[in-house]
Parts: sequence; C-alpha cells; structure tokens
Amino acid sequence: MSNLNVNGRDRSVDLDPGTPILWTLRDTLGLTGTKFGCGAALCGACTVHLDGQAIRSCITPISAAEGKKITTIEAATDGSDPVGTAVHAAWVRHDVAQCGYCQSGQIMSATAFIRSLPKGKQPSAEEIDGAMAGNICRCGTYARIRAAVADAAKSLA
Amino acid sequence: MLPDFDRSEMPRALQNLRGHARADGSAALPRRSFLKLAGAAGLALGAYPHLASAQAADKAPGGLKPTQQPSAFVQIAPNGEVTVTINRLEFGQGVQTGLPMILAEELDADWSLVRSRHGSSDPAYVDPLFGIHLTGGSHSIKNSYTQYRELGARARAMLVAAAAARWNVSAASLRTQAGSVIGPGGLEASYGELAEAAMALPVPEKVKLKNPKDFRIIGRPTTRLDAAAKSSGRQEFGIDTHLPGQLTAVVAHPPVFGAKLGSVDDSAARAVKGVKAVLRVPVDRGGEGVAVIADGYWPAKQGRDALKLQWDTAAVEKVDSERQLAQYRELASQPGPHAFVADMAPLATAPRQLEAEFVFPYLAHAPMEPLNCTVRLADGRAELWVGTQCPGLDAAAAASVLGLKPEQVTMHVQTAGGGFGRRFVGTSDYVVEACTIAKAAQGAGLNAPVRLLWSREDDIKGGYYRPMHLHRARIGFDERGKVLAWDHVIVGQSILAGTVFEQFQVKNGIDASATEGMREPYGVPMRLTVHHPKLNVPVLWWRSVGSTHTAYVMETLLDDIARATKQDPVAYRMRLFGSKHPRHRAALQLAVDRSGYLKKQLPAGQAWGVAVHESFDSVIAYVVEASVQEGQPVLHRATAGVHCNLAVNPRSVEAQVQGSALMGMSMCMPGAAITLKEGVVQQSNFGDFVVPRITQMPQIAVHIVPSAEPPTGMGEPGLPPLAPAFANAIASLTGKPLRELPFKLA
Repeated sequence: MSNLNVNGRDRSVDLDPGTPILWTLRDTLGLTGTKFGCGAALCGACTVHLDGQAIRSCITPISAAEGKKITTIEAATDGSDPVGTAVHAAWVRHDVAQCGYCQSGQIMSATAFIRSLPKGKQPSAEEIDGAMAGNICRCGTYARIRAAVADAAKSLA
Repeated sequence: MLPDFDRSEMPRALQNLRGHARADGSAALPRRSFLKLAGAAGLALGAYPHLASAQAADKAPGGLKPTQQPSAFVQIAPNGEVTVTINRLEFGQGVQTGLPMILAEELDADWSLVRSRHGSSDPAYVDPLFGIHLTGGSHSIKNSYTQYRELGARARAMLVAAAAARWNVSAASLRTQAGSVIGPGGLEASYGELAEAAMALPVPEKVKLKNPKDFRIIGRPTTRLDAAAKSSGRQEFGIDTHLPGQLTAVVAHPPVFGAKLGSVDDSAARAVKGVKAVLRVPVDRGGEGVAVIADGYWPAKQGRDALKLQWDTAAVEKVDSERQLAQYRELASQPGPHAFVADMAPLATAPRQLEAEFVFPYLAHAPMEPLNCTVRLADGRAELWVGTQCPGLDAAAAASVLGLKPEQVTMHVQTAGGGFGRRFVGTSDYVVEACTIAKAAQGAGLNAPVRLLWSREDDIKGGYYRPMHLHRARIGFDERGKVLAWDHVIVGQSILAGTVFEQFQVKNGIDASATEGMREPYGVPMRLTVHHPKLNVPVLWWRSVGSTHTAYVMETLLDDIARATKQDPVAYRMRLFGSKHPRHRAALQLAVDRSGYLKKQLPAGQAWGVAVHESFDSVIAYVVEASVQEGQPVLHRATAGVHCNLAVNPRSVEAQVQGSALMGMSMCMPGAAITLKEGVVQQSNFGDFVVPRITQMPQIAVHIVPSAEPPTGMGEPGLPPLAPAFANAIASLTGKPLRELPFKLA
C-alpha cells in the first residue's frame, strides 16, 4: 500500500511503488484532468504539483510522493486557490485552448511559476517563455499562453 | 487534411463507400423524426432521430434534406438552454463553437444559453455535400454554413408558429430576439416555454435567411464554448473514457511495417501484476503484434516491456531513407504521366534558366492526445468511443472486423486532442486494431470493455506520415521574369491510392492530392510529371496535404525568379495575379500594409520574406521578418493577410492561423523529419521528432479581409505559405535558396 495525499485528501493505493503518479491519478483515482502525452518528461502534458513544485507525473513514481502533497488541475482550478483561479480565468479570457489536451499541463506549469515569483513582481517575456518551455502545444497556442500568463500575474499583483 | 474535391464526383465516392459497407450516411432519412423521448428531463424540441428502419432501407440519399431535420441538431430545454449537435469532430479547430454560432444566429438564440455536443455515425450527421461523415479538408464551416443557418431558421419559424398559436395572433406580427418570441402588446415568451408546443408543429418547407448585415453572432469574436472546460481539466477526451470494468491494451508493434512474429516469450509479461492476458493479434499491413491487456496502462506497458519477441522481417520491404532518396532521384529522370502539359520548346532558348531540386521528409502528425479507441462488445453489438474524423468509415471497418452489421455498431464521437489528419485513415488502422483486440479478448474469456492506447513511441513510429517528396524544376524565363516554360517533376507516394477516394481522385495514375497547389494562380506554362512509387511506409494527409510541399516549391521558385530579375517579390506577384485573382491581391496587400513591408526599418541582420497560397478555397499571404542567428534561421514576426470570405468567428480564425503558421514553421526546424534505416523508423518521441516550443514562437499578427461572402476553410490554409515566406527571407540574406526541409544552411 502506498499512502498519498492528493488534492488535500489522503488516499491509499495498492500499486507497485514504481507506478508513475500519472497512471495512479488517471487509472486508479479517476482524476483524468492530468494528461498523458509522451511518457518521458518531454512534453509537460502530465504536469502536477508536488509540494507546490511543478513535476512531470509520467516519470515520477508514487514512492517519491509519500509524505508530500500532490495537487492536480482539478484542485488548482476549483476556485479554492487564488493563483490557480487567476490562471484559469486568464486562460478563458484569452481563449487559449484549441484542442485543449495540453492545457492542464500548461496551467499547472503557469501556476507554479507565478507562485514562485516574488510578491508583486511581473515576469518578463523571457521569464514566461523559460517557465513554459517544457510544455508542448501542438496546436500552437503559445501566443495566447504568453498573454494569459502575463495577465494572470498582473491580476494577482 | 483532405485534398480539395471535384464535387461532381462525390456521388461516386458515396457509391464506393456503400460498396464497402453501409454504415455511413447513405441511408434515406425519415420524413419526420420528431419523437418525444419519454423521461428525458428537459427535452423539449425534438429528440435524436430514430433511424434504425431508415438505416436498414437500402436507398440512395434523398427524401429529407439534412437542413430539414432540426430535431437532430437542436434541442431547447424548458430552461431555455439550446443544445446544438455538431456534425463534425472537434479537435481544436473550433467547430464546436463555430457551428452553434451559425445556427444560433438564425435561431435568434440567447448566446449565453447555447451549448454544444458531438453527433455520432447517425446518417443525420453526414457532410451535406459529400454524403459521408467527414471532418477534413477544412470543409466543416464551409459545407455546413447554409445547412446550420437553415436549421436555425426552421427551428425559429416553428417557435414563432407556436407563439402565434398560443396568443392567437398572426406569425407575421411576431419577432424574435435573444431566445424569446415577442408579440404585440407586450407579449413575450421564451424559447424554453414554447419548445414543447413547437415540436408538435410541421417543419416549414421554406425559410428566409437573414441578410448578413443583420448578423449579431456570426462575425463577432467569440470565446469558445469549451474554453472553461479545457482550462480546468474537465474536458473529456477519448482517452478519458472510463467504462465499468474497463481494461487497457498496449500493443507491441512490429519494428518494420507488416512484419510477422518469430517467437514469443510472454512469461515475464504475464507475471506483471495487473496483466490479464497476452494475445497474439494481427495488426496493420498484414503484420502481427502482441497485445498486453491489463487493468490499466501502466501494468499493460510494463507487460509489453517484459515481452521477449523475435520478429520475422524477411518477407517485408525495408525502406531506407538514403536509398529512397537515390531511388527518387533516379525516378525523377524517367518519363512518367503528366498532370498537365505545356510547350517545353522555349526551355532551350530562354534567356534565363533555373534548375532546382527539393527534398521533403516524412512527417508525423503527433497530436498531443495519443491515439486510442475504447470498444465494448455486448449482446451482439459493439460500441466504440473514439475521437474520429470519419465515424461512418470507422464504423464500417469495425463492423467488418467484428462480423457485425453496420447497424450493430454505435460510434460515440469523442473530443480529440488534435489530429491534423491522423484521425481520418482509409484503413481505420487503430480502430481496426482496437476491435481486433476486443474480439480476441472476448475470445480469451475477458468480458470487459477494452481501451487500446498507443504510447507516444507507437505514434511516432506508427506510420501514416506526410509522404517524403522530391521535386525537380527546370524553368526558362525572360529578363522581366516572364516564365516561358517550366518543366516540373514530383516524386512521392500516393496518399489516396488504396483509399475510398482513389477511383475519383487518382486519374491517369496521378494523385490529385500530390499536385494541388502547383501552377496556379500564376498560370505559368508548366509541364508536370508525377511518379508515385509504392513503398512499405503508410502515408496520409497531414494538415494542408499537398500544399505542405507544393506551396513551398512554387513560392520559393517565384522568389528565385524575382531575385534573378531584380524585382520586388510583392510587386512581381501582384503583376502575375493581375485582375484575375482579386482575393490573392487583397490578402497580400493587407499583409503588406499591416506589416510595414519595406517601410519599416528592420534591425540589422533581418530580412523580409513573402509568400501567398490558396488552399481549401482560402488565400493566406504572409510577410515575415527573419534572420540567421548562430547559424540557425530564426523567424521573428509574421503578418498574415487572410481571405476566407466571411469570418464566422474571427477569434477562431486568428487561432487557426497562428497554429497553422507554427506548424508550417515546424517543418523548417532541425529534427522535423521521420527517417528510416533498414525499415525501422529512427525517431520515437518528442526528443528526436522535434516540434516547436514556446521559445520558438514568433509574433504572428492575423488580419482578415472583410467579406460577406459564404465562408471558406480555415483549419489548414494558414500552414502552406509560412515555410516559403521564411525561406525567402533567409535566401535574401544569404543569397542561397533553401531547397530542403528541414532547413540546412550550408
């Protein structure tokens, strides 16, 4: 048994400790908002937070999450977290998504990035690109992602 | 994702499909299909048509036109919510919002109450022009514009008639506004209140459509209906399908297309916790594979990794990219069939000569959602959950594999995470694979729904690529840049050969999808020879199909001629367009005006590049600014001039152009190639098949030429002219044309 804390709830799962967080979320816990894109930490579609840090859940085993808090897109955008709420709102305002498949991961990367900024600091264009470079969007929504991240950061200032 | 069609040939397409199976939209629609579904809460106007009897009837399309069946397309709940069913796959292009906008416009709906959902393989949802279920060729808005307007207008007329009956006034005295019927003396009733009564009324034969100047929804930049769901992880995709007891299948595919299994040692795979079965199954192109079925993706993949397999590749052709290029060069020198001809005598005497060879690699689509399909077999029926561009074709293929009648297969079309053509396959490859496995699993005693899920490696290595192409051109022109003769050869695999479209799109041995975009709009005297070698690599349309390479060749060669004759590339093109191509002129002029072309001072080391191309009836012009940094071409800015007639949702048009432009740019980047060595695909994931990241995103400004004409396609046309505009900018810096993709600076 592995004991996990997912979105504030303690969960016990009977899985091999080497099972990636991604498949534990999707196939065992029914949290399908976190997406499978490459299985190799190359595309960022599976990004979740582990104690607030953005990680690639497709290569991170559940053994690495014991005693830590996993936060997924479902909780980040449910209105309880001011940063996640601001990022979600900016994503809708800028109509970022096309197919939308990568956007859970994009939003989790953006949320962790904005939370990491010193209070009141507005990120530069280069900083935004740097923070989001690990997330691939095949539809090419990057222009709106840039605008949404900047806007979300501004709305929290 | 589908070449432009000669529409006069469509009935034959239909016949061909019907010859394969009859699960597509070829059945006659019933005259009336307003069945009230008992117990369906909130259902008011209409219900899904019950078409079982019609499906069994073997009749050619006829009877009710698709625009005369509002019940299949629009439902109005007592609370006023309007649910519009879309007859297409939503996979990023925005039809999930665009089609409801069109219907809601004529319905005079309250946009805040409009919702959207997918249709199925029901005959109601065939493309009204093609008569088959199809999302491709940038046709969704174009072909369904009038259809959805008429549907909205008919539903509106029925609501008005219901209000007239309720108030005992003439329908002519009533008007509609934002979801309500308004009558004399302060009478007002919401659509929700009127829907049930409206449902009982006849569908009007004739309706009057609005004058476009009165549009209040169409043409307004509108946020997507799925924006919130897609920004919160709540949008469900095919991969998220979860049925009770569902198992997941992962397949070990042969390393060479079509290869067979030698020996299989699955003892370690079967020992993986959660693995339920390991089954040897037939796979695409006559090959064999091993399916590992488990209670989740991870144990299934662990099981696959634990397989010890030996493959027998002796009987299959092993394509090798280096040998293939040599073979293509040899072929290009051979005589072959002509797509069109012109007098080549002036080549010998033309004062200026140009010879060029272009090479384009195989390209993978690599949509972000890996390919998947969930199949449930029960009670002599099959249900499939899949993000597909062609549910009718896939249902027919599923029925064939499963030994069922088409009407025993139900398709649940799922929102897809991209596709770019990969979810419309003549062989229905991954749908057939999923059905094969589901059947084998049932045979092995597993009575559970099975979800087939491909890994990214399966996707990158799985074939169905944009074909590799070689172009060769010999052009004679005069000092003013007038082309006197242009002898051109294209070598590449046919996409349409072997598909249902072969018999009407492959003529004289030439696949029309390989030559689209050649010669026009410039009307140059061109002789075009085409060779279609057959190779053991499955190929497929890739966003904008033939224009992915023909636009590059045409637009860079035109620039070469302009440069050789010291002409401005914009002025040169404008002269060639003359008065015959006003949409090309307008698109290019808009891009020139908004970019500040030649007026704005570019930073040192940057240059302008221009290209224009029409595909899927829309014209896109790009004016770009690019430079070379540390030996690599860099695109800084692109300004698009777009002519797509009426832009239904300008916000969506902007998104489609930005996305297409980036995909066009992706063809230029190092690592954007699929190559084979001794039959084995050399790339496997995003580490070696490279796609653009945010750091490479140029500024892309999109400007739309105003028009009230019926809309043309926008899912693909933004792609073709980007790469040649980029190449033209780099060539004007270096003086050397770029004739191989991805770019290689010598």
